[in-house]
Amino acid sequence: MTDQRSQAEIVRESLKVRYRKERRFRLYGMAAIAVALLSLLILFTDIVGKGYTGFIKTTITLDVSLDGEAMYLEDARDKDQLSMADFQAPIISALQEYFPEATGRKDVRELKRLVGSYAGNRVRNLLTEQPELLGTTQTMTFLVHDTVSVYVKHAGSDAYSIRLSEQQQRWVDELVEKGVVETAFNDVFFSRGDSREPSNAGVLGAIVGSLFTMVVTIAIAFPVGVAAAVYLEEFAPQNKLTDFIEVNINNLAAVPSIIFGLLGLAVFIGLFGMPRSVPVVGGLVLALMTLPTIIISSRAAIKSVPPSIREAAEGMGASKMQVVLHHVVPLAMPGMMTGSIIGMAQALGETAPLLLIGMVAFIVEIPDGFFSSATVLPVQIYLWASSAEQGFVELASAGIMILLTFMITMNAMAIWLRKRLERRW
Amino acid sequence: MHTANLLPLVLVIAVVAYMLAFMRSRTVAEPFGGIRNLKALPFYYAARAALWCAIPALILLGAWTAFEGKVIQNVVVSSLPADVAPKSEGEASLVLSQISNVAAGKLDPNFVPKPVVGAADLLENLRDRSSNFKTMLVILIAVLGGGFAWSRVQPHINARENVERTLRWIFFICAGVAILTTVGIVFSVIFETVRFFGKVPITEFLFGTTWSPQTALRADQVGSEGAFGVIPLFTGTLLISFIALVVSVPVGLMSAVYLSEYASKRGRAILKPLLEMLAGVPTVVYGFFAALTVAPFISDLADIIGLEASAQSALAAGLVMGVMIIPFVSSLSDDVINAVPQTLRDGSLALGATQSETMKNVIFPAALPGIMGGILLAASRAIGETMIVVMAAGLAANLTANPLSSVTTVTVQIVTLLTGDQEFDSAKTLSAFALGMMLFIVTLALNIVALKIVRKYREQYD
Repeated sequence: MTDQRSQAEIVRESLKVRYRKERRFRLYGMAAIAVALLSLLILFTDIVGKGYTGFIKTTITLDVSLDGEAMYLEDARDKDQLSMADFQAPIISALQEYFPEATGRKDVRELKRLVGSYAGNRVRNLLTEQPELLGTTQTMTFLVHDTVSVYVKHAGSDAYSIRLSEQQQRWVDELVEKGVVETAFNDVFFSRGDSREPSNAGVLGAIVGSLFTMVVTIAIAFPVGVAAAVYLEEFAPQNKLTDFIEVNINNLAAVPSIIFGLLGLAVFIGLFGMPRSVPVVGGLVLALMTLPTIIISSRAAIKSVPPSIREAAEGMGASKMQVVLHHVVPLAMPGMMTGSIIGMAQALGETAPLLLIGMVAFIVEIPDGFFSSATVLPVQIYLWASSAEQGFVELASAGIMILLTFMITMNAMAIWLRKRLERRW
Repeated sequence: MHTANLLPLVLVIAVVAYMLAFMRSRTVAEPFGGIRNLKALPFYYAARAALWCAIPALILLGAWTAFEGKVIQNVVVSSLPADVAPKSEGEASLVLSQISNVAAGKLDPNFVPKPVVGAADLLENLRDRSSNFKTMLVILIAVLGGGFAWSRVQPHINARENVERTLRWIFFICAGVAILTTVGIVFSVIFETVRFFGKVPITEFLFGTTWSPQTALRADQVGSEGAFGVIPLFTGTLLISFIALVVSVPVGLMSAVYLSEYASKRGRAILKPLLEMLAGVPTVVYGFFAALTVAPFISDLADIIGLEASAQSALAAGLVMGVMIIPFVSSLSDDVINAVPQTLRDGSLALGATQSETMKNVIFPAALPGIMGGILLAASRAIGETMIVVMAAGLAANLTANPLSSVTTVTVQIVTLLTGDQEFDSAKTLSAFALGMMLFIVTLALNIVALKIVRKYREQYD
């Protein structure tokens, strides 16, 4: 039994199957890319969808009659009376103007929960500053309670209305219709520190904390990283010690970031007795973490400076150090800066090591120095994301958008720098 | 004076020294016929003076700042009379925080024992004195150093060589920071780990199957025995990492294949940066996404098809972690695939093989060791990843392989043990360092093996 067909025929017949396989393989490749890009798209839309409401605040404007009798306050200049007075009462009665039927104990409680808990403080502050206003009627704008805010911003969505009773929902709807409850750009978010109440919490404290931490990180990591790269590329003799340094740098680049947190906890806090949750310690830890990245990219930048430059400088009688400092380093600077900016962007988004050195504390004040307690942007996002209130979820996503904006800006800057300054030899 | 102010002050003194030395070098050169006849340019004399001024002062400042806190604490604690003197480290930290709170005026002196108030005064006093001494000494040394270098601005001294040698040493020390960091990491975990194994036998740690680090406050409390068996943490970590690799390896590999073999130049220029954006997203963002979007979605989905899924399933954390690692796998595979010589590709295509056949039968086998190395690196990445699992995986140490149930990982436990209220020196806190040590060893081993494989493979074609 012999095969009558020629070799060429066999090949031709198999071609169809083989081409189909080829197409399928190609399709797998496209599918893989599609999966990756789709994940990116879903991630971004999810965050924007959850977070855009974080940039909106909901306010309620009321004519508050500062009636001394209702507040148990006779003289607003008296400190003792001020500390005892009931500043919620005028707000409640202002609300009752709209809903005269709400007089029962339960109704009052529900009315109270429409307005943010800091509203009373606003009234007190006003009266403390201007005691003469007692007895007058003032138009004041308060932040609404978190649950109301979430309900107004997501009008019509069941998932966001479960925290309000039906009566409260009806009230809020009516107030929105009358224009008493309004939404506006959330300036609170950009001008305050953290708070227990979502509508009162801001991201500024975390941004400032991040800024201080990054300043420490770059002040340490950039000079040390560049110096180390210069040493390894230009001066290091070929010996065991140099090899050991290189092995260490490569391994450190792959050590999980949380291990650096353990290092910070044991060495900087435990051994040196530095305080917890301050930008200096956070910056030190992040500097050690980004150092390998900066060293590796700086070395690549130094390597790309052609030897002819060095030889020319040496030919003119420059010493080795003069060659390096006057010619090699300035020429490699764009590459070094690009690598450092990318390293900084990584450090900016890092969370895990900072958790271990105590930067998770609840901090209301905006940090004012390298040694004041602070938290950073990614940690703030983590804290908000782990809170139960719905209002914090939108703040967390809004915070993520800010963080991503910073990171994209930094990366774009790095790309621009590379395009603009890097020379092709 | 505060360190933050002392630092700029030293720099100012250094600048002054620089300028004075610069001027003096010109004056000194005058009788010899100008700076041409000096051994070095005025700049080097000036730089030398600045270095002499700044380096010793900064070293002193750094060392003093690093150790003054500890030394003062020890002096204060040892000054306490026997009846309030702390007996354990835990008590010591309690007393110390009391003392410093009294000193800072946060705690009313009437609420604490008399000796503590005395100690607080002592603390204040010592801090003041230490700060004053530090300021004086640092300034003195800076001025002396600068003055010495200034007096040595002489024509026969080769300042350039001095400066260059010092700079070389500084560069060397900077490179040595990498070694110091590694040493620091090893020591910071090793001491606590050894102490931990003094309390919990190492066999129980490595082979125990229950993990519940709750040590009791009182000896007679129910469940006072903490269990420190690391096996459930290990299986949990492996489960999540495995899911992550199942997602990221095929997707990452196939994207690399498509990008390097099929995509047009323009397509590659657009797709690659987009893919790499996935790697630039901070892990806390992935954690948020996993915990608030993917996990509820999975548990709803499981409900619909009649399965029971935990609200914090291993699957959610694993999937999202997989997405995070895609660009990592893809860029490593891309490098390896591109490193396969073009001649192999051309040879295969010339024989009539289609592109996919070339890929599967020629390039993959040639690139396999490198790809394996890349996968090992990705695995070490997944094992050490923290934020995604902290936010999306649970705390319950279940020994299970069911991806829909909640598991916990080594990194989650480290964070939980070290961020809550810590009892100093308890087995609970120390166990975090033992876990950290384990994590360090495992990731280090994976990295070394992976780099070995990659390097060995590369040598074949070079």
